[in-house]
Amino acid sequence: MPELKSMIKDHILDRPNSYIGRSVPRPNAKRLLAGRGTFTDDINLPRQTHVAFLRSTYAHAEIVSIDVSAAKESPGVVAVVTGIEMAKICSPWVGVLSHLEGLKSAPQHALAVKKASWQGEPVVAIVANSRAQAEDAIELIDIEWKELPAVTDMETALDENTPLIHPELGDNLSWQRDFDGGDVDAAFAKADNVIEETYISNRHTGVCLEARGIVADYNPGEDELTIYHSTQTPHMMQSLFAKHLDIEEHKVRVICKDVGGSYGIKVHSYPDEYATVALAYMLKRPVKFTADRLESFTTDIHARDHIIKTKVAVSNQGEIQAFEIDDLTGIGPYSVYPRTSGIEANQVVNLTGGQYTNLNYRARARVVLQNKTPMCQYRAVGHPILTMITEGMVDDAARKIGMDPVEIRRKNLIPDDAYPCKSPTGLPFENLSHHESLEKLVKMLDYDALRKDQSKARKKGIYRGIGVATFIEVTNPGPAFYGVGGASISAQDGATMRLDAKGNVIIETGVTEQGQGAEAVVAQCAASALGVTMDKIKVITGDTDITPYGGGTWGSRAAGIGGEAAVQAGKALRDNIVEVASIMLQCDPSTLDIRDNNIVDVSDGNERMPLSEIGRVCYYRPDTLPKDYQSELVVTRHYVPKKFPFAFTNGVQGCYLEVDINTGFIKFKKYAVVEDCGTVINPMLVDEQVRGGVIQGLGGALYEECLYSPEGQFLNGTMADYLVPMAVEMPDIEVGHVESPTLDSELGAKGAGEAGTGGAPATVMNAINDALYPLGGKVTAQPFTPERILAAIGAI
Amino acid sequence: MKPAAFNYAKPTSVGEALGLLAKHDGDAKVLAGGQSLIPTLNMRLSTPSLLIDINGIGDLSGISVMGGEVRIGALTRHVEIENSSKIAKHVPLLALAMPSIAHPAIRNRGTIGGSIAMADPAAELPACLCALDSEIEITGPAGVRGVAAKDFFKSLYETDAGENEILTAIKIPKIAKGYRSAFDELARRHGDYAMCGVVAHGKCDGDIISDFRLVFFAVGGTPVIATDAMDAMEGMAVNDESIIAAQKALDNDLETFSDLHCSATLRMHYAKVLTKRVLTSLVKP
Amino acid sequence: MSNKIEQVQLDVDVNGEKISRMIEPRLSLVDFLRNELELTGSHVGCEHGVCGACTVLVDGVIVRGCLMLAIQTNGAEVMTIEGQSDSGAITDLQEAFHERNALQCGFCTPGMLLTSTELLQKKSDPSREEIREYLSGNYCRCTGYEAIVDAVEAVAAVRRDV
Repeated sequence: MPELKSMIKDHILDRPNSYIGRSVPRPNAKRLLAGRGTFTDDINLPRQTHVAFLRSTYAHAEIVSIDVSAAKESPGVVAVVTGIEMAKICSPWVGVLSHLEGLKSAPQHALAVKKASWQGEPVVAIVANSRAQAEDAIELIDIEWKELPAVTDMETALDENTPLIHPELGDNLSWQRDFDGGDVDAAFAKADNVIEETYISNRHTGVCLEARGIVADYNPGEDELTIYHSTQTPHMMQSLFAKHLDIEEHKVRVICKDVGGSYGIKVHSYPDEYATVALAYMLKRPVKFTADRLESFTTDIHARDHIIKTKVAVSNQGEIQAFEIDDLTGIGPYSVYPRTSGIEANQVVNLTGGQYTNLNYRARARVVLQNKTPMCQYRAVGHPILTMITEGMVDDAARKIGMDPVEIRRKNLIPDDAYPCKSPTGLPFENLSHHESLEKLVKMLDYDALRKDQSKARKKGIYRGIGVATFIEVTNPGPAFYGVGGASISAQDGATMRLDAKGNVIIETGVTEQGQGAEAVVAQCAASALGVTMDKIKVITGDTDITPYGGGTWGSRAAGIGGEAAVQAGKALRDNIVEVASIMLQCDPSTLDIRDNNIVDVSDGNERMPLSEIGRVCYYRPDTLPKDYQSELVVTRHYVPKKFPFAFTNGVQGCYLEVDINTGFIKFKKYAVVEDCGTVINPMLVDEQVRGGVIQGLGGALYEECLYSPEGQFLNGTMADYLVPMAVEMPDIEVGHVESPTLDSELGAKGAGEAGTGGAPATVMNAINDALYPLGGKVTAQPFTPERILAAIGAI
Repeated sequence: MKPAAFNYAKPTSVGEALGLLAKHDGDAKVLAGGQSLIPTLNMRLSTPSLLIDINGIGDLSGISVMGGEVRIGALTRHVEIENSSKIAKHVPLLALAMPSIAHPAIRNRGTIGGSIAMADPAAELPACLCALDSEIEITGPAGVRGVAAKDFFKSLYETDAGENEILTAIKIPKIAKGYRSAFDELARRHGDYAMCGVVAHGKCDGDIISDFRLVFFAVGGTPVIATDAMDAMEGMAVNDESIIAAQKALDNDLETFSDLHCSATLRMHYAKVLTKRVLTSLVKP
Repeated sequence: MSNKIEQVQLDVDVNGEKISRMIEPRLSLVDFLRNELELTGSHVGCEHGVCGACTVLVDGVIVRGCLMLAIQTNGAEVMTIEGQSDSGAITDLQEAFHERNALQCGFCTPGMLLTSTELLQKKSDPSREEIREYLSGNYCRCTGYEAIVDAVEAVAAVRRDV
């Protein structure tokens, strides 16, 4: 870092009165605390209608006939639309990307045409004056189904006698990826120890407290669609709605106000949302769709349904010599559009074992189709799975040779001075800190003391366990993620900054706010670069008519990419302002700077004039400036990572817990995380991302599971039956940082939003297994329920 | 997720409510706290033509002590029972059970009568009433009648109350001198319906218990009175040996079932674990 | 379904304002507040009483807005987050949530604030466990709860000192 700082003029991390690294409360949080946020369902437009959907009650069934005549007569009904009618307006899509070679899926419609392929797929749209009236009319639709055999078990999905979900695809295999690096066979052949295991990651879902929602309006006078959408990606959705309704893109405006949780759930495009937009277009009036909780469970994307066979080779001295994995995942009947459902398995193949020096690595991933809710990317995409198997294998190895789990990691993690280097699959690591992070965690946990406590407790018949999981994480994704595969998803992002006449600053940015604090972080970056206080700044996000074209929020990119764009815009605007000031003050611009909303002398910090004076002269009295000079108080700068395809981060989590061997219940006694996300812009926000992320990861590890009958019926689609983490059972979490900035940007920030979620399942699994070890028990299937824990030790 | 349309009536007397029930014979539902009924309406699992809101019937609410018993009006809300010094003194078992029932906002609204009438097999209160020899007061077209709690719960969500009757009160004998109560349950998360729960009540003389009651919830279609286990413990000292005997007796007492959250085997295991816990707690000084 | 549905007259005090409306009996309290009165601070999260996003005060105590019919508040006093916020009654709690970042997306926040308010009225020195227990019926997917517990704990301490 020192060398880079010296190369860049006026480096952002050297700014006086900087907000970088300060725990500034989020300015935009105040409206939410006052109950004055604007979530999508809060928006009501004149002449608004409401849509509800008749959804398939079968996992797989042919539509024989649909009679909507009675529904059309139901009070308040405006329109009833079937799949065939919808298809005339909204074209189907296929969720594939060219860089996932061989990935295949079938055309998917906004409303099912001919057949439905999962329970919950929208079939008929009913538009009425209220949601209740639309639901009343659903009950009057007479639909004749011919039930088809459902493919639900991923382990038999590829069997010869299993029916095909889409016969035109030839089989139920959506995608397969194989990787073979180093000399895996030789390594296993000469290994002192080989340990095999099967791990199961369970299907679960995001359960955003604000369900998906959209309000669409079409103005025929301007031929324009205006869409209020609870989304992470306004520009991506603009592009998709335009494409599938065959409207020019600039005639579609997507506005995203407050979003009540997203976590990847709202980064995808959904059939019922296309249908809502198409209905507004058809009816030429506003249509609102707000998913109810039952719809959320069966139509929000699910994730993480994987069975992974693992094999690890380790020497008696603790050197890990090879990893081999075979991953099988069932993604539902379609690869989700436009990001595809191959990415999760792709991450598992790409990143398993990536934090270790071992280069002998073989992986196979098979992605199969099923008649269940479609699966796709959800917070930490693939990382919870690959970290569970990597760190599960490392603990398997340590147990086998009787080595302490921290010690085996010390021995095998890539040394902190080895960078830059590559993962076994060839992915470039710029600068990571596994060892420094691990040692910090060991201190935070007071590891040796915990080991002593553990052994004391065991003597009293109390079973406690320590779990440690190191991880790597992909953040700040460049075009390598989606753009190269042909998706209309922006990898770059921009920030437009404007000094107004009173010396205040407006920033428009393409990244979006989901509560993680993107607006605050952008404001901190901009304020620091420009030299103004936070209260002078207003950040505008989430409007495709206004903000620079950008990718939005996903892949832990908002701070690292959006923040850097704001830094560069702030610096450029400062140059422009200083230029005007130097003319007004008749001095050399290099002698001036902006600090605390004032033009100051660089040498002594003396105030020369407030920014409001610049605004006054440039806007109201430009006649006082030289005739050949035009001030520019609006600038736009963009940023995309160029040196690396993405910025890897790393970290480590550790926990200490007690297993009640009578009930199988676990109780956390300690939880700590060390995270290295490069430059920390706002420590409080990063810590809260980590904490919230860990709890979300623990949800999947301990409670959450989408349960299906063999016929593909979703069994636990209420919040009473699908268990999310609540306050009483969750631990307090201590968060520590190591900072290894990326040199790809001046700011050096990498992403932090997914690290907690990625590492938590492995951590808790290793801790439970550490506790159960003396009893000969081990759990490998999530969620780690009391029942599974008791079964593992033979108590039931 | 909006309910199907229904009409609404808010009678001010039990008689008026009974008249409405009779008139709509089977097509009306009584709305008390609504904390279980309204979700079923919202999901259209229940589509009555009329809701009879009994919250306007003043004399259905309140806790009074009369002679040897405590009378709790059917409309008495969980929170009132939770905070009542009369309950704490005379029916300590209910006070023990209350914090495990759902969450504060639900307890502010939910009523004891509603909870009993709903007869959810996983609910805490039906088991408590069975253990305490309580009487359920039901008012119908023919007048007021009382049913012993143990006879009130017929099967899954089925009770002795007829379609045109209203549960109006619960009468519980005051705890007698020398008697103690214990309550325990295992739920995945605090406030969830239990995977298995148990209440214990009896006379404790040192570590010897008599007139012993052991009633389980969330293990069958109704509260289950574990008679064999009760017999096994009657007059016995609570120690490892007697606890094991009581646990063994449960194999005969309980016919556990499997659901999404818990297998039959685990339920039985939990019943035994909890039996040990409540027995130990009962005689703890 | 065949019976004729009669609208009912609702007279209710919402945030100190007398409101009269003819409504459908099936209208839930939270839908009434949000859609009829445009008080959109109370949120709809599950509509079956589990998530706590629709928490409002009825006659001074917290209830689920999705588990009460609007008509059941006839003659009652309803207080929403907007009313509580505008009155200044929970300013310290709001400030503590802000300082501690005890909210992210903010969708659960009104329910968390109202539930915490009731807890602090009942108990001036709740332990962290008691805070977690009182909030156990309010789902937050973003924060992991710790910051919320911190904020409530901090306000309790300050209020005790005053």
